[in-house]
Amino acid sequence: MTAALIGLPLFGAAVLLLGGRRTNAWGHFLAVLMSASSFFVGVALFTQMIGRPTESRAVHQHLFDWISVGSFKVPFDLQVDQLSMVFVLLITGVGTLIHIYSIGYMEHDENRRRFFAYLNLFVAAMLLLVLADNYLLLYVGWEGVGLASYLLISFYQHKPSAAAAGKKAFVVNRVGDVGLSIAVMLMVTTFGTVTFSGVASAAGSATHSQITWIGLALLLAACGKSAQFPLQSWLLDAMEGPTPVSALIHAATMVTAGVYLITRAHAIFDLSSTARTAVVTIGAITLLMGAYIGTAKDDIKKGLAGSTMSQIGYMILAAGLGPVGYVFAIFHLLTHGLFKAGLFLGAGSVMHGMHDDVNMRHYGALRTSLKITYVTFGLGYLAILGVPPFAGFWSKDEIIRVAFEQNFWIGMCTLIGAGVTAFYMTRMMAMTFFGEARWEKGVHPHESPLVMTAPMMILAIGSVFGGLLLKFVGNIEGWLEPVTGFGVGQNGGIAGKVLMPATLGVIALGAFYGWTKYGRRPVPVVAPSDVSIFTRAARADVYGDALNEAVFMRPGQYLTRALVWFDSKAVDGTIGALSAAIGGLSARGRRIQNGYARSYALSMLGGAVLIAFVLLLVRL
Amino acid sequence: MNPNNYLALAAILFTIGAFGVLVRRNAIIVFMSVEMMLNAANLAFVSAAHTTGTLDGQIAAFFVMVVAAAEVVVGLAIIVTIFRTRRSASIDEASLLKY
Amino acid sequence: MTGEKLVFWITAIFAVIGAVGMVISRKAVHSALWVAFTMVNLAVLYFSLEAPFLGTTQIVVYTGAVMMLFLFVLMIVGVDSSDSLLETIKGQRVLATLFALAFGGLLVCSITSGIAPVAVTLSGAEADAGGNLQALAKPVFGNYILAFEVTSALLITAVIAAMILAHRETWKPRKTQDELQRERTLTGHPTPLPTPGVMARHNSVDTPALLPDGTISEISLPAAFRSTGEVEAETPEVTK
Repeated sequence: MTAALIGLPLFGAAVLLLGGRRTNAWGHFLAVLMSASSFFVGVALFTQMIGRPTESRAVHQHLFDWISVGSFKVPFDLQVDQLSMVFVLLITGVGTLIHIYSIGYMEHDENRRRFFAYLNLFVAAMLLLVLADNYLLLYVGWEGVGLASYLLISFYQHKPSAAAAGKKAFVVNRVGDVGLSIAVMLMVTTFGTVTFSGVASAAGSATHSQITWIGLALLLAACGKSAQFPLQSWLLDAMEGPTPVSALIHAATMVTAGVYLITRAHAIFDLSSTARTAVVTIGAITLLMGAYIGTAKDDIKKGLAGSTMSQIGYMILAAGLGPVGYVFAIFHLLTHGLFKAGLFLGAGSVMHGMHDDVNMRHYGALRTSLKITYVTFGLGYLAILGVPPFAGFWSKDEIIRVAFEQNFWIGMCTLIGAGVTAFYMTRMMAMTFFGEARWEKGVHPHESPLVMTAPMMILAIGSVFGGLLLKFVGNIEGWLEPVTGFGVGQNGGIAGKVLMPATLGVIALGAFYGWTKYGRRPVPVVAPSDVSIFTRAARADVYGDALNEAVFMRPGQYLTRALVWFDSKAVDGTIGALSAAIGGLSARGRRIQNGYARSYALSMLGGAVLIAFVLLLVRL
Repeated sequence: MNPNNYLALAAILFTIGAFGVLVRRNAIIVFMSVEMMLNAANLAFVSAAHTTGTLDGQIAAFFVMVVAAAEVVVGLAIIVTIFRTRRSASIDEASLLKY
Repeated sequence: MTGEKLVFWITAIFAVIGAVGMVISRKAVHSALWVAFTMVNLAVLYFSLEAPFLGTTQIVVYTGAVMMLFLFVLMIVGVDSSDSLLETIKGQRVLATLFALAFGGLLVCSITSGIAPVAVTLSGAEADAGGNLQALAKPVFGNYILAFEVTSALLITAVIAAMILAHRETWKPRKTQDELQRERTLTGHPTPLPTPGVMARHNSVDTPALLPDGTISEISLPAAFRSTGEVEAETPEVTK
């Protein structure tokens, strides 16, 4: 039955892609049906799992022997344990909601069927990723989601910017994929197996440097997929894709695959503090970087993308803290999936009403025109800020607490990040829904149809109650503990009693600042150009693209040009020179054949002289 | 009397004949130079017969003469035929096989 | 100085002179005569080398038949045809001289560097058979009978070949005398063509007859020689 989880959306994708235009009329319904069926199968498995005692909650299904070379065996097996279960529910649940949303959002697009085919493909690949029971099969799913991401980002094929963005995402992801393949290779040589259980049991037998290298390679892979520093440049460009894509892939699911990988490989990371430190550092850097970028973006989707980058930084940071943090990383992943997807769908609804305009400077005072969107977006906003009792509060505060227990400065990073998050999210709310209307001529904002607002409402409910449900009803820490391990850290450092008010205070400060800057004062319609150097840096994505270009792209270009020059001059030149030499030699040589019998006779006599000379030499 | 003298004479005659083939342009004179070379070979045969005391050399020279005669017949007939079509007896005229 | 030595040196020097003369002569007929001279000298040498039959055959066949054949063909081709002194192929003369000298030198070196053999007279072998001719005939019709038969076939083939090659095909029936006369009357030259100039000094077919003013009468020459530019008018010196 586990295979049906993957099989249903895969079947949907296959039918829609192979069927072609004949399936245009009912394609989207089939896709929604497949996604929903997958969700129900997941719920069924979940209910079964709850019924079982903790030790036997994991289910293993062997499909077939995939690779069998000598003593190295990799079976095509699926595994459903507590960790993959929550992911399955998140992927299929949020995925189905977004499928439904897309029926309305993509209504006027003639390529809607293809869109749904790719969405189904993505769901299938992501499910394979989380249900795999070994790192190699995970890699297959990993690649699959990369492919789906590429196809969906460049969905508007006719736009060169979309095509370039898709290519960029794929290439940067590839850099990360190299990390994963190196990690798998190292696992094969170090442990001889790539299954999760095999690696976990053999991890103790490897040397510290081996473990560290595997961990760093896995970190590289996670950076690529989750858009962490230094492979973060693709996420903002990925907003070229349709908004449902941004909601599903680049907020809730694909970008969280990196967190999943690190959590799955906790056996490796538990044994190497160097790797853990690297993970935490990357998480902290990205956390601040994403928040910083988000403050200066006028494009609503890019602002949310910067926010995603920052929140995943939180998750990575938590995962890097070791057994104390894995649970909270996953917890925040789930709540973030709910409220960020809701925020993105809300942004899509705003865009839908404003004639696909993404510039927030053209919004303003939309709370009266787009009431449902305003409410759902607002609830998601409160969740991401971490206002109690909304979802984000429960997960983010735990991360901040655990961070402070580990190291004061890491904790300060998370705290500052929370403040900046409050600032830019408030800015976003103010510019979009409050203030005066700065609408363009001829734009009449209207609310989206029910097929779009219904998923938004469901996700808003999740933003409100999700955290409470997961922590108290679901007991998320206890649920995940058998898989990831859970350590109760020392309660030293800053006491919990001081921390919560401090966090709330920082958040309030950030929100207040955002409100005064953007809510009270009028927002200029054209972005001001005489801005401080910090604003300029934020607008330029902290010069990430410029750095990539200077360090990698230009030298690469020069290298290829040099190689091409070398190939055409040296290699081709050698061949050409060789043939020219032969040609020239033969052109000279053939003049010997001048047609005169006497010269031929002369050469005969010359030969005779030679033979006589040789004979004489030999005889003497 | 050193029999090698005869061989040396044969060598000189042969060389002169070869030189004649290379230098002269008239086909008939070239032919005559070829005859000269054949005669030199004959002299070598006869002198070898004289040296070894057997008559095989003379028999060989005899056959050479017969073959040379036949060759002259056919060769001159060819020259006459060529001359009839080309109106020239120069062997440099037949250079169509040049590159 | 034995008789053999004397004969050798004299004939050898004459033979070499004859060969050189053949190569250097401008006119082809002179060349042929020099060749004949060399061959006669070689015949003398054969006699001194106890090969009387071969010497006779040399004179009869080579000098008599072969050289006469050469002279006949020269007659057809053109007695006066001579090579120009200019060499058309670059480097031919230089290289030919070089190679010829080298070749000759090498041969003579290798000959003279060997041990001088002692001559054995042939009279012993000849006495067995009863004379030079009989001693030659016995192997020819004995051991070498195959070569003999093959060469006879060769001779027959050569004769047939010569006949075929030199044959001129007549494509139309020959004109009878009647027709010829009609043609001549109609074209304006009713009399037969003048014969080539027959003078005391020249009777070759390529000497033209002279018109009253001393110029050549083209029509007196066979068609082959007309306007080849090789014919000179021979002015008679008789009437001076």
